[in-house]
Amino acid sequence: MGDKIIKKGQLPNVLKALKKTFEVFVPVREDGFYRLKPLKDGEKVDLRFTNTRLSPKSFVLPQSERMFEFTLDEKSKDAHIVKEAPKGYPPKVVFGIRPCDAKALRLVHVNFDNPEFRDPWWIKRLESVTLLGLGCNEPCSTCFCTSVNCGPFNKEGLDVLLYDLGECLLARTLTEKGEKLLQVGGVDKDADSGLKKKADELKTRAEKKIGSHVPTDKLGKKNVNDLFDAPFWDDVAFACINCGACTFLCPTCWCFDIQDEVTKRQGDRIRNWDSCMFPLFTLHASGHNPRAQKVQRVRQRFMHKLKYYVDKYKNGVACVGCGRCVNHCPVNIDIREVFRLMNDSEDSKQQ
Amino acid sequence: MKNHNEELRLSDNPYLPFPARIQQIITETEDRNLKTFKVAFINKGDEQGFHSIPGQFCQISVAGKGEIPLGIASSPTEEGYLLFTVNRTGVVTRYLHHMKEGDTIGIRGPLGNWYPWDKMEGKSVVVIGGGFAFTTLRAGIVYMLHPEERDRFKDITVVYGARSPGLLLYRKELEQWEKRDDVNVHITVDATDDPHWPYNVGFVPAITEQKITTGENSYALVCGPPIMIKFTQPVLERLGFKPEQVIISLEMRMKCGIGTCGRCNIGEKYVCKDGPVFSLAQLTELPQEY
Repeated sequence: MGDKIIKKGQLPNVLKALKKTFEVFVPVREDGFYRLKPLKDGEKVDLRFTNTRLSPKSFVLPQSERMFEFTLDEKSKDAHIVKEAPKGYPPKVVFGIRPCDAKALRLVHVNFDNPEFRDPWWIKRLESVTLLGLGCNEPCSTCFCTSVNCGPFNKEGLDVLLYDLGECLLARTLTEKGEKLLQVGGVDKDADSGLKKKADELKTRAEKKIGSHVPTDKLGKKNVNDLFDAPFWDDVAFACINCGACTFLCPTCWCFDIQDEVTKRQGDRIRNWDSCMFPLFTLHASGHNPRAQKVQRVRQRFMHKLKYYVDKYKNGVACVGCGRCVNHCPVNIDIREVFRLMNDSEDSKQQ
Repeated sequence: MKNHNEELRLSDNPYLPFPARIQQIITETEDRNLKTFKVAFINKGDEQGFHSIPGQFCQISVAGKGEIPLGIASSPTEEGYLLFTVNRTGVVTRYLHHMKEGDTIGIRGPLGNWYPWDKMEGKSVVVIGGGFAFTTLRAGIVYMLHPEERDRFKDITVVYGARSPGLLLYRKELEQWEKRDDVNVHITVDATDDPHWPYNVGFVPAITEQKITTGENSYALVCGPPIMIKFTQPVLERLGFKPEQVIISLEMRMKCGIGTCGRCNIGEKYVCKDGPVFSLAQLTELPQEY
């Protein structure tokens, strides 16, 4: 493993070679926003994006996943028996995934693969995707990754990290999967020490460009009930319209629903993204709802990311500082402000 | 990170229900809103691999309708079948109530934790239940009264109440327990117009206060509607039960049952995976959001 060089002019050939083995996804500008789409033949890759509007979590946790299938046809001997739905996991490459989004997958991973239970779809999809990340030379104004154990050239979760050095890309191999990918792509030219140095300088420069910072140092030490009962939640939630855009876009939001759908006696059990912003998320059949109020749901979202997750996994906050929720919230709720409120809140006297 | 190269087997899929057949349906209450389903696994292997401990629950799956969490009402000492008592409330339970003996459902489990049987060893146990939240408590009572288990516990007392006599679950069994000398059973109803009603009249917290003398060296297992739990807590405190000795089983809306789907949390705990059984001591540490 090491550092390789891809001349910008060679990039189309590299991607073309990858396409023979993998489905290759690249950032494509569409209606003013970037999204990851399958690379078309002869398409030139656009490297000018800051980040895609949607997070790439759907590569591992699709918005809808067919879990099982069943038949309700009484003539079948297996009527009403729920069975595994056959499906494939074709190898995919995500080119240009940002380091924050790759780290987000690592943060979510513990929810789907732990000593008690292993989610087969998460595991198989994660295994089938190779993440060819692109470091951020020009972070955007709402990025605060460096405050949350991440950064514009963070390596966690990536297989290869690309440094855009202008004329060429330096490809830093991080895993065996990444190494194989570069072999398939025909990338074999080693980077010299000068270019390696340039890459490291690029990283330092980009980190300094992050202008947004949030405090996290006290979150783990706070008493959970002090934060839960803190006086600021009504203010934080006041403008919220519970649209769920934040949870939809967030790379570390993983909650899902399970529903059965039936067409002509043939049925599927499907899991779909869900959101803690919606009252139905927690509504009991009896009518009781532990989070019936908007303020309870807003509090749940922030408490989960910045306190419950912190306490449960002792591995920092469940936020990578991508800034999507800040950018796209229709009523300008800013998680950076909530970081400050929670981290700097007063402790109750009883503690 | 684990090695994901090993092929995951079908049986490793924690979301896949085991097929089961409804053997018997018993209407429990006069309002016909509660029915007990006696079910058995279709595949012998699934039955042999199923080892529940009283307090646990299952996800019951009806193809085309969905899945719901239900406490296991049968004790592991009752072999060859499982019991689930179903309150007719939502989409799946309404459909279940119209199903017939011989119909196919799915069972995922056992899920969640259980009543702290190890800690309760050598102690007296007070079982306090209200309404239809008596299912896993029934499993616990049957379990403790089994000849091989009874000696592990000291005095066993049951306080069980419903709004009226016709709404009591497991009526025949209650009457049988009532006659035994190795368990004290106090059946109560909120009210009745039956002049020959042989048991108590009064709310569960009041009957608990009358019948239980001390919390010393005891555990209380409490399951019931929120209002009952709320008013039973101060009673238990007065009797000398410490928060660690009060064990409560909670309900939540659930989907996955294994701690992944994100909806049943109380603070950092998932009721499906870290619960449904919590001690009062644990619950006071968590946000009051249930």
